Amino acid sequence: MGFSPKTTEKIAFMLLRLAVLFIVVILLTIIGYLVKNGLSIISWEFITSMPRRGMTAGGIWPAILGTVYLVSGTIAVALPLGVMAAIYLTEYAGDNFFTRLVRLAVVNLAGVPSIVFGLFGLGFFVIMLGFGASILAGSLTLAIMVLPIIITTTEEALKNVPAAYRQASLALGATKWQTIWRIVLPQALPGIMTGSILGISRAAGETAPILFTAAAFFLPRLPGSIFDQVMALPYHLYIMATQVPGADPTIAYGTALTLMAIVLGLNFTAVLIRLRFRKKTV
Amino acid sequence: MKKFGELMIEKLLLVSSAMAIVVILLIFLFLFKEALPLLTPDNWSRLLSTNWYPNAANPEFGLLPLLLSSLLITFGAIAIAVPVGIATAIYLAEIAHPKIREILKPAIEILAGIPSVVLGFFALVAIVPWVRTYFELNTGLTALTGSLILAVMALPTIVTVAEDAISSVPDRYKAASLSLGATHWQTIVRAIVPAALSGITAGIMLGIGRAIGETMAVMMVTGNAAVIPDSFLVPVRTMTATIAAEMGEVPRGSNHYHALFVVGLVLFAITFTINLIADTVRRRLQEVE
Repeated sequence: MGFSPKTTEKIAFMLLRLAVLFIVVILLTIIGYLVKNGLSIISWEFITSMPRRGMTAGGIWPAILGTVYLVSGTIAVALPLGVMAAIYLTEYAGDNFFTRLVRLAVVNLAGVPSIVFGLFGLGFFVIMLGFGASILAGSLTLAIMVLPIIITTTEEALKNVPAAYRQASLALGATKWQTIWRIVLPQALPGIMTGSILGISRAAGETAPILFTAAAFFLPRLPGSIFDQVMALPYHLYIMATQVPGADPTIAYGTALTLMAIVLGLNFTAVLIRLRFRKKTV
Repeated sequence: MKKFGELMIEKLLLVSSAMAIVVILLIFLFLFKEALPLLTPDNWSRLLSTNWYPNAANPEFGLLPLLLSSLLITFGAIAIAVPVGIATAIYLAEIAHPKIREILKPAIEILAGIPSVVLGFFALVAIVPWVRTYFELNTGLTALTGSLILAVMALPTIVTVAEDAISSVPDRYKAASLSLGATHWQTIVRAIVPAALSGITAGIMLGIGRAIGETMAVMMVTGNAAVIPDSFLVPVRTMTATIAAEMGEVPRGSNHYHALFVVGLVLFAITFTINLIADTVRRRLQEVE
């Protein structure tokens, strides 16, 4: 190399900064582009009205509502299950074959492609259990997908509760479960909330798992029970972008912007909770 | 002696955590069960064919075009995301001012949080036309377009995991190298990065897993032509996109239906292996610490 070590360092650091700049520019471009093109259509009416004229006009209300239904079902299943699993792993389980197997399963579950969850949901919930394409089948499929997120973040939160809290409670004569329920869980609550919000945001944004388990192209009426199909925001964006020729293009931009705002708003809330929590404990 | 209630609670919690194992086994069993009818010896030639002609009179379900499309797009994405991702990880862990880091880390989480269908839409309206005019093609729906948007998706995974690994290299490595007169950059290249290599590798593996399993964005921008690709500038059809695009229309129980489950099974096996390797590499890192 012809350069002195100091010059090499300068060049190298400049390249590193360039890489970071590249990511920041990408992020700002994506957000800026969608805001610029989508903001004009966002209105109270767009958010709260039904699609009209074969979805070439009108609003996205049923898709928003459908996503809310799906996500509520998802979290109602995944949160208790995930938190209980995490409590077992951190508070009860020893380091044995079973817990290693559970951890391995959680890690691998986190890496399963979303479309494979969709296939499984179709085979198991829709066909074998006979739920049909419905809110129920879609929520259960999404619940399996977010389970690893909730288990991992809850475990993290439980581990951060100081052992002295548990010892003090046990020394006062509380049982192990009383200690967990009254001392450990309240302390870990912000962490668990962060995990749940991240799970919700992941479930709200996913399309592939609900393609064959819940999502409908268009429904003239709002869903009436958990056995009904629903429209959903991410799927609505997909079909508006690729399957509805002649639609007002700003509808797709508006849908994308709404979905992104919901998901990023949730993520941002999770970050805020974590920051506040971190400051308190330090 | 433990109270009955306490014991019941413990058992309930045990069952909950066992659910993770049950679910992953169920996923595997279901994919396998639905794929099985096509895994008989007389169907091998159909699966190993180089054509994906599911609707032909004598249908062929050659997995090769789909597999190669997935690998090509993933390769392109990783070729972009690895250098940029590792550079960013080094910057965040070693050079960035703590205040800048506090802003950049959430920014990268935000990028990770954007739904794939939104990124797919962005790619469709912004990148596809650019690729078409820049390379003077008939269509901008190409493997390259898929790689570009997949790189954006794999980046946060690689940055986060690699940054963790670099940050957890013991300070004494750095101190020793600096005190021998090495510059900060020499220290990074010769002491810190080698020490963090297994974590960085895990990050790359997870990035590959993320890219190969991605569905919506890829389906929206790669043109969906199930042929063996011969360049980055042709339309392709990945395994994920094939399942997503065709499962809605196939009759249940048909050969085509089972073929899509074979594709799912292959996809599951690939990502499972990648995750297993990443996890093993990562665990080895923790043991070293």
